[in-house]
Amino acid sequence: MKIAVCVKEVPDAGPGRRMDPGTMRLDRSGERSLNSYDLNAVEEALRLKEAAGEGEVVLVSMGQEKALESIRKALAMGADRAVLISDEGAAGSDLVATSYVLAKALEREAPQLVLFGQSAQDSDGAVLWASVAERLKLPMVSQISELEVAGGQITAKRQTEFGYDRIQSPLPAVLAVADSLNEPRYPSLKGIMGAKKKPQDVVKLADLGVEADRAGQAGSRTTVSALNPPPSRGDTVKIEDDGTGAQKIMAFLVERKFA
Amino acid sequence: MPVEPAVPAGLTEHQTAAWELAREFAQNEVAPHAREWNAAHRVPVEVFRRLGEIGLLGLTIPEEYGGPGLDATSLALVTEELARADAGTSVAVAVQNGLVASPILRAGNEEQKREWLPRLASGELFGCYALTEPDAGSDTASLRTRAEATGEGWRVTGNKMWITNGGIADVFVIFARTGDPGAKGISAMVSGPGDGLSVGAEIPKLGLHTSSTVELAFDAFPVPRSGLLGAEGEGLKLALATLDGGRITVAAQAVGIARAALELAVSYATDRQAFGGPIARFQGVHFPVAEIAAQIDAARLLTLHAAQLRDAGRPHGAAGAKAKLFASNVAVRAADVCVQTLGGYGYSAEYDAERYYRDAKITEIYEGTSQIQRMVIARDLFGGAAR
Repeated sequence: MKIAVCVKEVPDAGPGRRMDPGTMRLDRSGERSLNSYDLNAVEEALRLKEAAGEGEVVLVSMGQEKALESIRKALAMGADRAVLISDEGAAGSDLVATSYVLAKALEREAPQLVLFGQSAQDSDGAVLWASVAERLKLPMVSQISELEVAGGQITAKRQTEFGYDRIQSPLPAVLAVADSLNEPRYPSLKGIMGAKKKPQDVVKLADLGVEADRAGQAGSRTTVSALNPPPSRGDTVKIEDDGTGAQKIMAFLVERKFA
Repeated sequence: MPVEPAVPAGLTEHQTAAWELAREFAQNEVAPHAREWNAAHRVPVEVFRRLGEIGLLGLTIPEEYGGPGLDATSLALVTEELARADAGTSVAVAVQNGLVASPILRAGNEEQKREWLPRLASGELFGCYALTEPDAGSDTASLRTRAEATGEGWRVTGNKMWITNGGIADVFVIFARTGDPGAKGISAMVSGPGDGLSVGAEIPKLGLHTSSTVELAFDAFPVPRSGLLGAEGEGLKLALATLDGGRITVAAQAVGIARAALELAVSYATDRQAFGGPIARFQGVHFPVAEIAAQIDAARLLTLHAAQLRDAGRPHGAAGAKAKLFASNVAVRAADVCVQTLGGYGYSAEYDAERYYRDAKITEIYEGTSQIQRMVIARDLFGGAAR
């Protein structure tokens, strides 16, 4: 079975993370790594391949060319190869444009399963997988906490606010896995040392047949009009703990009907 | 809070990869449990096996025998990161590579390498190094364990003391007397367990509670001819050459403990409030911490220098002895500064300071005491005139 895993390089979380006021986009300089939720998707793909005893795990990503450094972590874990769409014309793509480009790349790969992590740590949208499934006209299941693939179909347990759904779907399908699904493995030292030698194709939009006006800012349907820091909370109350701190906090909560 | 250590020039991509993997694994899978494991005197064998799965347990075992085939510098970096999380865990890796795989690689024949190395690399087997005896520690040449020749090999009789990994070991590198008294009568052997070998209970000790340390009793334990490691009578030479590398690993372990102690001292002093602010305002806190920070960098560079000499195939006996002598002393001092900085909390088992204090001391003792290291250095300086 051929499995595609969509992955993304994100800036490391921390106080240094910022929006660039000039481009009004996330500042992607500084330390970066693979979106940690994607590791659950990679892990699941590897387990499915290992259980089947055959198959291929292909990583599909869009980003700057230097993103290959982060993507290699998933190759070190055991993925077979990577396809990175890296093109100046793709910079600033929103959900609409990104899902179009990814769908084009996935059409070319024609996998039986497309796996996503639950969300990306930088933009936190948690909808890209739905848009990609829509474009590919494939069934989609999100927030999967248990997965079984057998007899040409999947059975998934879907985590919701109210309990669990059990969903069956034919293949091919697009799946977004929850971080509770599995514990991503550590890459082995041999895996790390061998990752560089695995196939890593960097492709342009034109290679995928993506029209210039369907990607980047031109292909996006959202614009950022302004950036503002969150307003300061004027009504902050500071409680000094002189031994009665707990009671004061309780009184504060009761007064506002939180307790 | 993490303090960036001094890094020598010219680390290779593979050395850096091993270092980063070890740091990630140690910080996520070892450090959060170290206090609990040590308090319970639990040897975390399952974690040692996982280290095997990711290639860190048999780091220096060549690829043709199932390991990643990395070098002494990588082993020093990995040992240090593991020791920074838990000194006892780092010992298991150090022994597997430095004292078990290393003599098999150096003196073993092809059959012995094929038999033992792949399973030592994967973590299926653990090994130990049976050299020290109750009455032969620093004075190795006086060891008394006897190997009586039989038609097919030997029968080994005698006791071995302070055997690290002994309680979990499936492979034993044994040094026994096949000939006359003195240095030339000692041979090395490698064997699995069997009748005639009994493993004693864990020896209670000051620290390293996650590391197995036992006494081994050999009573007419049979070792076939095929178990002889290297030539008959060459055992002591092999033992000492093995320790040349082992010292570098102990130095790395000392650096790891010292770094952990420094980091705890810095983060505690930054948070701890006294006299209207953090105690990190006081020179009385600054000076000892600043001093150990400088010494740790020096110790680390000495250690990695010795490792790089070994990797370049150059003499490194004295360099390793200097690294171990210095780094072990820095570890003991750093742990002391850490406990002192934390005051009463430093003395309590609620913090890791007291563990660093207990774990640091062994680095001045095993694989050659600090006194022996000074002898090694002096012999290098004075040659024959030192004897």
